[in-house]
Amino acid sequence: MKSRIFQPVAAVVLAAVVIGIPLWLVVATAGKSQAEAIDPDLSPPADWQLIENFRRVWTEADVPAALVGSLLVVVPTVVAVLILGSMAAWVLARRTSRLTALLYALGISGIILPPAVVTVVLLLRQLGLAGTTVGMIGVYVGIYLSTVIFFVTGFVRTIPDALEEAARIDGAGPVAVFLRVVLPLLRPVLATATILICLYVWNDVFYAFFVVGGRLDTLPLNLFRVASAGLYLNNWHLIFAYVILMSLPLVAVFAVAQRRIISGITGGAVK
Amino acid sequence: MTTLVLAGARARSSARPGAITRRTHPLWFLFPAYGLLLVFFVLPTVYQFVYAFTDWSGFKASIAPVGLDNFGQLAADGTLFRSLRITVVYAVLVAIFQNLFGFGLAVLLERDTVINRIVRTLFLVPVLMSALAVGYIFQALFKGTPVLADTTWTIVVVALIHAWKWMGLAMLIYLAGLKTIPLDILEAAKIDGASRWKTFWRVRAPLLAPAVTFNVATALLGSMNGFDVVQATTGGGPARTTELLNIFIYRTFGQGLFAQATTMSLVLFLLVAVLAFPVIRVLRRREEMMS
Repeated sequence: MKSRIFQPVAAVVLAAVVIGIPLWLVVATAGKSQAEAIDPDLSPPADWQLIENFRRVWTEADVPAALVGSLLVVVPTVVAVLILGSMAAWVLARRTSRLTALLYALGISGIILPPAVVTVVLLLRQLGLAGTTVGMIGVYVGIYLSTVIFFVTGFVRTIPDALEEAARIDGAGPVAVFLRVVLPLLRPVLATATILICLYVWNDVFYAFFVVGGRLDTLPLNLFRVASAGLYLNNWHLIFAYVILMSLPLVAVFAVAQRRIISGITGGAVK
Repeated sequence: MTTLVLAGARARSSARPGAITRRTHPLWFLFPAYGLLLVFFVLPTVYQFVYAFTDWSGFKASIAPVGLDNFGQLAADGTLFRSLRITVVYAVLVAIFQNLFGFGLAVLLERDTVINRIVRTLFLVPVLMSALAVGYIFQALFKGTPVLADTTWTIVVVALIHAWKWMGLAMLIYLAGLKTIPLDILEAAKIDGASRWKTFWRVRAPLLAPAVTFNVATALLGSMNGFDVVQATTGGGPARTTELLNIFIYRTFGQGLFAQATTMSLVLFLLVAVLAFPVIRVLRRREEMMS
């Protein structure tokens, strides 16, 4: 009986300390003036100027350009990875030969093996794609296809072949079967994969640094540059205002689709 | 008569309905994905095995083979083994912390109450945030304290920060694992007179093996490939004691020393390849033994 009272109290206190304090530091510092924020601490700002700091970051740090850069990379990457990955995963899941088993192993090895970040730059240069959006998208697609192939192949194996069969008897070819029957059934797993890949690509700074660093701005690259540059060295209030701006889109998506995301991620992992 | 024969031939050629054939699931569906994988993933990886043995740099246009010079040089100045050691220590610490925290949270927040659901969501906020942002938060939090200045313990602190960011995901996976345990098994344990403590460790914990496998493997591999959290918190310092392989690669690449960066990238690739497969095999075997 004691745990009935103890458990909720422990949960709330733990969340307040472990999550609340760092997040409060972000919000409080983002609301301060420069002088107040030089030594960031947990005191509330004497005078909240959150909106004003947002506006300064937005104009001075070139956030709109970086936002466009991020969207130009994230959206095509996600679309390409999902469609091409599902196409491959469908055939890999349905055909059981030694060749497809081998291709599957090769296809998912990218989940484990780290991408070759340095030589990919050389390769892109040879392809004439160095520093371009297309090159960046190609690199992300190469990295995250394995995640999609892994999740979708596992999912396809759990759906019976009967529906495809019915469509085939009606005379549908493979393209029609894939587009009209298989793809709609993949909705839940594709929702999960979308979130995971958005999360990785939206927040990535490491791969972007090698591929497009200095030529195309994305939000994390921009944040990294601004935070490392002398200009922002003692401007914690602007860094944290930027952090809030950058995190909001993902938090919003998550808030809307929370339940589906959680069940999707956990379903794939423990089976 | 002819129509009948034709119909028979057609039936035979399409085999039994529903059979998986070259025609119903053509291999060309694999081509776009595998083409991109080949160009943007496999080819650069193969390149690593070539360019790690050259003098490729940002200072001259030609590239000439130099044998094992890059490895020799990195081994001689101690960088190679130091970065390797730091990366492995970091990965092991992250795997331990992330799983302890995730497991603890899952057990604490297991019951489906309103409070628990809200608290779980809060622990997912760091998962959504950029790792860079997380690093800046803790850099600011520890500013003016000696926490990030110690050459021995800072690696532990950054591993804790990495685990802080990802523990919400580990928690979700442990929660899902706890939910898969059938109620009748728990009932049976109760009827047999097992205490709650004993039920937990003898009945429930072993059934969590798949969740442990997934969490340990993703934590180990994710942190071996780590960069953002540490770069934003310490930048590899103090005195390069938190300089992971990827931070070294980033730094040398920025200096135009492309061959050295490639060499370390190859080292990371080999490290992960060598460690990943045994780790996954051992965890899988333990899973089979327990189930």
